[in-house]
Order: sequence, then C-alpha cells, then structure tokens
Amino acid sequence: MYLEPLSNAVGVSGAEDEVRRIIRDALGDHVDEMREDALGNLLVLKRGTGPEPRPRVMLAAHMDEVGMMVVGYTGDGGLKFRAVGGLDARVLAGAQVQVGPDHIPGVIGLKPIHLLERDERERIPKIESLVIEIGASSKDEAKKAVRLGERATFLTRYQELGPTATGKAFDDRAGCAVLIELLQGEPLPFDLYGAFTVQEEVGLRGARVAAYAIEPDAAFVLEGTIADDLPRKEDVSPTTALGKGPAITVMDRSFIADKRLLRLLFNTAEALGIPTQIKQPGIGGTDAGAIHITREGVPSAAVSVPCRYIHSPVAMLNLTDLQQTIQLMRAALEKWTP
Amino acid sequence: MKELIKKLTEAYGPSGHEEQVRALIQEEIAGLADEVQVDALGNLIALRQGDGQGRKVMLSAHMDEIGVMVTHVDDKGFLRFTRIGGVVPPTLPGNRVLFANGTVGVINVEKGIFDAVGKKLPPLEKFYIDVGAQDKDSVPVGVGDAAAFLREMSDLGDRVVAKAMDDRIGCAVLIETMRRLKKTPHQVAFVFSVQEEVGLRGARTSAFGLDPDVGIAVDVTGTGDCPEDRPMAVSLGKGPAIKVRDSGMLAHPGLKELMIRRAEEAGIPYQLEVLPMGSTDAMAIQVTREGVPAGCLSIPCRHIHSPSEMVDIRDVENAVRLMVTILENPIVW
Amino acid sequence: MDTVPLLKQLSETPGISGYEQAIRDLVRDSLARFADEVREDKLGNLIALKRGEGEPPHRRLMLAAHMDEIGLIVSGIEKGFLRITPVGGTDRRLLWGQKVTVHGRRDLPGIVGSRPPHVLPPDQRDKALPWEELFVDVGLPPEEVEKLVRVGDLISFRQEALELKGDLFSGKALDNRASVAALILALEALSSMRHRWDVYAVATVQEEVGLFGAMTSAYGLAPDAAIAVDVTFGRQNGVPEEESFALGKGPTIAYGPNIHPRLFEELEATAKALEVPYQVEPIPGRSGTDAWAIQVSREGIPTGLVSIPLRYMHSPVETVNLKDLERTARLLAGFVARLEPDFLASDEDFQTSGA
Repeated sequence: MYLEPLSNAVGVSGAEDEVRRIIRDALGDHVDEMREDALGNLLVLKRGTGPEPRPRVMLAAHMDEVGMMVVGYTGDGGLKFRAVGGLDARVLAGAQVQVGPDHIPGVIGLKPIHLLERDERERIPKIESLVIEIGASSKDEAKKAVRLGERATFLTRYQELGPTATGKAFDDRAGCAVLIELLQGEPLPFDLYGAFTVQEEVGLRGARVAAYAIEPDAAFVLEGTIADDLPRKEDVSPTTALGKGPAITVMDRSFIADKRLLRLLFNTAEALGIPTQIKQPGIGGTDAGAIHITREGVPSAAVSVPCRYIHSPVAMLNLTDLQQTIQLMRAALEKWTP
Repeated sequence: MKELIKKLTEAYGPSGHEEQVRALIQEEIAGLADEVQVDALGNLIALRQGDGQGRKVMLSAHMDEIGVMVTHVDDKGFLRFTRIGGVVPPTLPGNRVLFANGTVGVINVEKGIFDAVGKKLPPLEKFYIDVGAQDKDSVPVGVGDAAAFLREMSDLGDRVVAKAMDDRIGCAVLIETMRRLKKTPHQVAFVFSVQEEVGLRGARTSAFGLDPDVGIAVDVTGTGDCPEDRPMAVSLGKGPAIKVRDSGMLAHPGLKELMIRRAEEAGIPYQLEVLPMGSTDAMAIQVTREGVPAGCLSIPCRHIHSPSEMVDIRDVENAVRLMVTILENPIVW
Repeated sequence: MDTVPLLKQLSETPGISGYEQAIRDLVRDSLARFADEVREDKLGNLIALKRGEGEPPHRRLMLAAHMDEIGLIVSGIEKGFLRITPVGGTDRRLLWGQKVTVHGRRDLPGIVGSRPPHVLPPDQRDKALPWEELFVDVGLPPEEVEKLVRVGDLISFRQEALELKGDLFSGKALDNRASVAALILALEALSSMRHRWDVYAVATVQEEVGLFGAMTSAYGLAPDAAIAVDVTFGRQNGVPEEESFALGKGPTIAYGPNIHPRLFEELEATAKALEVPYQVEPIPGRSGTDAWAIQVSREGIPTGLVSIPLRYMHSPVETVNLKDLERTARLLAGFVARLEPDFLASDEDFQTSGA
C-alpha cells in the first residue's frame, strides 16, 4: 500500500517528478509498457490475455496536488506566491510549507492578533498579501535559495489514527494508491491502461491528452473526493461520508456518468456486499470531465475514496473505504465487457 | 408541424437522460435517412448521402433540456436538488417536474412563496421538490434521479408556447427538413445531439467523429422585443435569425454571407443575430480537429430557460424553408 | 526590415477576432518574403513554412502569434446611432470618446459617445457606463446609416501609433501585433541562418475570443514542439510588482505547468548564449495565451511561451519598448538555429527540476 510515500511526496501541478518516480518504481515489474508523454503523464499498459484486437479500458488517477508557486520576493527575504489550483487563503494562514525540489522549510504567518483592529479580526488576508518566510534576511539571499516559479506545498507527514489516516494530498494520492494496487494484480482479458495524470488541478490537462493517445473504450477515474460529513443542523446529505464505502459519481460539474458503467459498479458492489454511496450530484469535477469528451466520446465513470479536509494541510480518510474501493474496482473490471 | 412540436417538447429528456426523446425522434425519421447511428455519448446521427458532388455538412440540434437532479431525500420525504444546465431559480417555485419513471413533483422554496415574495431569492439549496409522499420510505425516486419541467404545449395561433423549445424546436426543424429535402448534392449528417445544456458535450464528440466540411447548428436565440429587454435586434415573427455571433463564437463570415444570400434569393425573411449571452453546438463544431467553418440558424424565442418558451410558427416554417434551400444548393464562398 | 514602419502598419490595420482579412493580407505579404510556402487554413490562420536543411524527415516547430485584436460589434441600430457589444475583452471604462472605424459597406469613421455627464444623476457620474448607454456615432443621417451599416458589422479602434521617448512605442492592438512583428523579424533573421527543424510561423486567429485559431492550427500541424509569442503585463502604476515585468529588460520566458521544462531551459540557454536580456515569468496555471490551447492538442505538445512586456493592455494606447520586440525576434531566431534534430525526441524522463 503506497499511500504513505505518495502522500508525503511533493508534486504540485506541473512539477510531479517525485510522485512519478515512486509510481514508476512500484510498477516496474507489473506492467508491459511504461512511458511519459509531452505533459509528464505516466502512461502504463498491462496487456490483456484475450485475442486481438483487444478492447481498452483506461484507469486514471492524478498525481498532482494543489499548492503554491513563488512569483516574487519581498525586500527583506520573504517569498511572494500565488495559488496553483484551488487553494483557499484560509488554510494558508499559520501553515508550515516546503519549497522547491530541495524541500526548503518555510512558514506563512499573519499579523499578531494582539495588534489587530476590531474589524481586522474577521478578515482573512488575500493570497496576494501573504508571504512565505524561509529565514532569508535579504532579497538576494531569497533569490539564491529559491528560483521564480518553484512550487511549494504543505509540510505534512502521513499518520494513521486507527481506522483513519491523515496526510496531505489525498486528493488524489488515494486514487494513485488504488490504481497501483489494481495494476499489480493479475492481467485481465482486455488491455488495461493506467494513466497517472498531471495537472488535473489546473484544468484536467493531463487526462485530456492521455485519453486522446490511449483511445479507450471505457474509462474509470479514481479520486479522493470531498467528504462533508461534519455535524450540521439542516437535514441534508453529506457530499460523501467517511466509513460508508466508495463514492460513485452520477453527475458532477464536469460530466454525467455512463449509465451502463454505473449499473456495473452498483451491481458488483451489491453482489460483494460492499457499501457504496452516491457522491452528491453537481459538486466538483474530475479527469472524467476531460476524458469522456475526447475524440468521439468515451463512456466514463468516477469512483472515489471520501476524504475530509481536502485542499488543506491535513486530509483524512477511512482505510476501510480505501480497501473497499480497491475491491470494488477489481471486481468490476473482472466483470466489464465492451 | 404543431403536432410534431407538441410531441417533442412534451417528451422527457434532461441532459444525460435523452433516451426517451431519442426514441421518439428515431420513430419520426424512420425511412428518411440512408443510415442511422447512435454514438458513445448517445448522439443520434442520421446520414443522407446526396449525390456526392458537394460538401460534408453537419447539422446539429440538441435533444436535451435543462432540468434538476435529486441530491437528498429528507426525513419527511422532500427532495433536495441541484441543477442540470442553466436552470434559473426564479422560474422554479410552483412549477411541476417529471421524473423518468413518471413521478411528478412540485418545486417550492423554504418558508414558502408568500414569505419568499419581495425578499431576495434564496440559493438553490433552500429549494425542494414535493412528490406528495407520505413519508421518506414511500418516495418513488432517489439521489441521482433526474427530472425536467412538466408542461403541455399551448397553441396561440401564430405562436406556440412550451417547455424545452430550447432545443426541441431545432429538432423539429431538422426532422421537417429531412421530410422536405428531396435532392441535395451534399452528404448531410443530421445530428440530434446530447448534453448541449451542460457544455456542448455531444456536439463536440459527434463533430470529431464526422469531421465535416461545414457545420450549422439549429437552436433558439433570444429576442429584444419584451418589456425592458436587453437591447437585441431580433424579434418574434420577423423571420429566422442568422447568427453573426453569440458569447461563445463568431460565425464563419463566408458561411454567414451564404446563408443571407440564400434567404434573399428565396425571398425568405431573416434577421441578423448578435446574442449577448449564451452559445450553441456551433461553438463546439467550429473548433473540431483542424477547424470547421460553422454557423447557426436560430429560432427567435421568448422567455428562454423558463417552462414557457414562445416561438412564432412562421419563423419556424421559414427556418425549414431556408435550411432546405441551403442544402439543395452549392455551399461555397 | 525597419521595426517602426512595420509595427506602425501592423498596429493600424484592422483585424478583429473572426474577421481578420485585412491584417491577414498584410501579414501574408510580410511572411511570404521569408518563407518557402504560405497558406491559410479553414478558420483563417496564416501558416508560413520555412524548411530546415538536411535529410528529411525534419522535426517541426510551430511559432504562434495571434493576429486578431479586440473590438466592438454592431448589435442594433437606433435612429442612426449604433448599439455596441464587445468582441474580446474590450475595456468599457475607456470607450467614451474613443475614435473608431465602422466596417460597414465601406469603412466609416465614428466616435463612441454617450449622454453627457452633466445630465446624468450624480450617483452615476463616476461609474463606467454600461453597454446599453454607449453608442457609436458616424455623423450621418439615419437613412444613410441604414444603407451603409448592418447588425453584425465589426468596429475597430482608430488610432495612429506614436513613438514616445526611451524607445517606447504606443498604439492600439500591440496586443498582439508587437509579437506578430517579432515573428516576422525572426523569420527575416532566419533567412540568413542555418537550421535543421522546419519552422511553421503561424499568425493565429480568434485568440481573444477563445484561443480557437491556436486549437485548430496546432491540431492540423501536429508539431513536435511549439512556442507561442504574446504580450504580458508591463510594470505600471497600480499593478503588483510580482505580476508585471519591466519594459526594456527584454522579453519574458514563461515557466510553470503550461510550459515544457526542456523548452524553458533551452530558451533560457539561448538567451544567455546570445546575451539577450530576458526575465523569467512564473505562471501558476493558465497562461491566457495560445500556449494554453496548443499544449493539450492531440496527445500533447511540448510548449513554450515568450512574451513582450506591454503597458495598458486592452486599451488603444498599449505601449511596448521597441528593443524588447527586437530582442524577442533575436531570441526566437537564435532558438531555432540551435535546435538539434534529436531535441525532445528521446525517451528521456519528463523532469521539471534540473536538466
């Protein structure tokens, strides 16, 4: 189970090197072909056992996480930055971060509460006014330590807390972990393409070109998705909840799932006694949004591990949900026909 | 034509759930095409060969309509929902919706209409659907089920009103064109597309598959002829509109001029359309592969995205005439 | 070629997104002088091929600079006055009082007008006028206007370019005619240099309304690599330092997810080798240029982006430093000349940090 090293690895959109390396090492002996494309997607093929021409199924999980990019320096050695992907300024205040390929540690501080005016206490500063402090005392020193364009992310170590695990970037290292497990299994009758995609967080970029290259007959996207199951007074469904099994998307903002694939997933889950939940329709988007409208269209589905606090320094998932996602996908792939 | 429009507009088909409309259209076009296919996303493609001296033309009208999808069934049996496509909240309270299995529901908003009147309209999370169930367990639909407006067509003489004129009226124009088109030099693909309302998805994939020389969408466009409308030079009853541009694309100048020429040659009234907001399948077709000269023939329509969209039957009739003459003649510029 | 007359002509020639005929003809004449072949594709992109030398097959490099400009379109005609809506990101705040050309049956000079501030209620006097309150006045009687202008006719800014002090040059549509000029000058320089790769210099259409020309021309050419040439925010009053770049310090070379790291490195190495001043432009996500569309064409295309710093973007007084334009041309030509046949061809791993 690769979730821990994947979660600890740094891979902000466009700079997924570390994550890619871990996955390459994990899969080396288990796949027949492996290559990297013009955007940095890691594309692998596990050939099928059936006669040619074989149908193709694409499984996708994205390697990138949201984070920051250094865009300038302050006079006294601080780093100015902008968000890469959907990062909320509220999770940045008081964060510990790591900058660049050398993982230089840094912190993001705020003006002390003692010195705030009354109305300032309510306001969250915008990203444009936040600074990463790495301990440099001049602009030159900062420039020498960190180049313009280097990426930064949270400094968070993976930890297991009994039934749950915490760490950063479960969106979508959880999906990557599931995909690795599936690719390490026995071959199937059809060709199984694993696409570890880049740049999902900045616009589903990697998935788009990967699907174009692979030309699959069907696609499943494996994600770590929003779990919004904290107490609320309204009588509403959570987006997804921990401990209720893998979440299946019927419709989100990026695509409407193929009905046949949905039936396959729900029927398989029922037969195996795996609990499933429907991700709250209309929320979020995944690589399926790009894949399903590639070329002449690809029937697609998305299966996700529920994660609390995604896009924050510390996300949380339920390890049983993760195992059940792997089991469900394995069984569904065994039953899939074109 | 009114019979056809009634059948089409009253059918159920929110984006992603177009099966019933597709089946209806397949019946209507039986025998009118050389080949009929349904592709991976559900687009219905009817091919007419022509005598091969012309261009490969793709026409597109979308089958899907806006709607809602259930996100939660509450303890008392009321349903919460999210939108499918550009549903406009002020049009919702008091309206009825229809699910695929025939279940009917009423939409209202928390605190009820009287309290909501005069106040700022609350966000979609405060709306709910009432299917009249006794309790949670007797609700006949669930999370993930989709519904569309439930409304009969009204015949006002020269004008007709229905839900889903956008874009069943375009489908009607294409079907009627197929009926009347006897001879064409072009290879014509009549595409009844899916999922336009959620991002032109069906047009994109069907255009890629067809790789046409030219694309013309048939869709509704707004008018500027109602009280305090945003200024727009299109009115009901003054003829079909030839799109110059909308917020998503500019029509190919040569194709646009050709459409104008054909209208003038045949004495068909037309209007020129500059639409400030919204786009059509033509936008997706235009950027397919190496590019496709694309345009749009629009049916002027009032109250778009409400359950009561109104068109002028003469505009529709003239749109069919214009489409037929475009297809009967060379497409060059 | 002389930069100033070239840039002046490019700036003053109309070519709004979707209706680029006039600028396309001008660019065609310029590119044809230095290219082996020039053709136009289905959406009107202009594609000039300059072949590399040596045994075929040659690797293919696409250089893309969009030739369309933002403008206005006639959305209605009332009593001889023209209602307008924008084509591309035209800035409504500065329209009042601007000089324009209405491209009707013939080109008509006009002015963007509105009701005078004296008659507006006080709370509206300091707000930007909404589109419904802006009109174009061509100074002709309504019957004349009806004969000469139609709904859907395009309207471009009418502005003579100006040379300012300090190598600065100001005119409308320098976004992106400054880059088109750089592209032409680069091709001119290449005509006396040796290079192995085939170069497709593409003046793209419809960038301002959705990158449509880049999407379709990249698909058609399927190049092995591409560099987009555009403009970026020049340092000016009111724009944060970390989001803008000095004029006169050379073009910017972009870095970030939209950019293939090898292309960034090679552009930077070229600039250093030729002693061309440059600035690094970090872009966290979408670059807002043709590079964004080109990168995800087909199976993906290694893409780079070089930009000319420009002040007052999307106004009729856009301003660049002519030296930056010339440096851009040198950088592009130098880059092409240095391209080895096996650049980006091997199965080497995709790495974003370090070479």
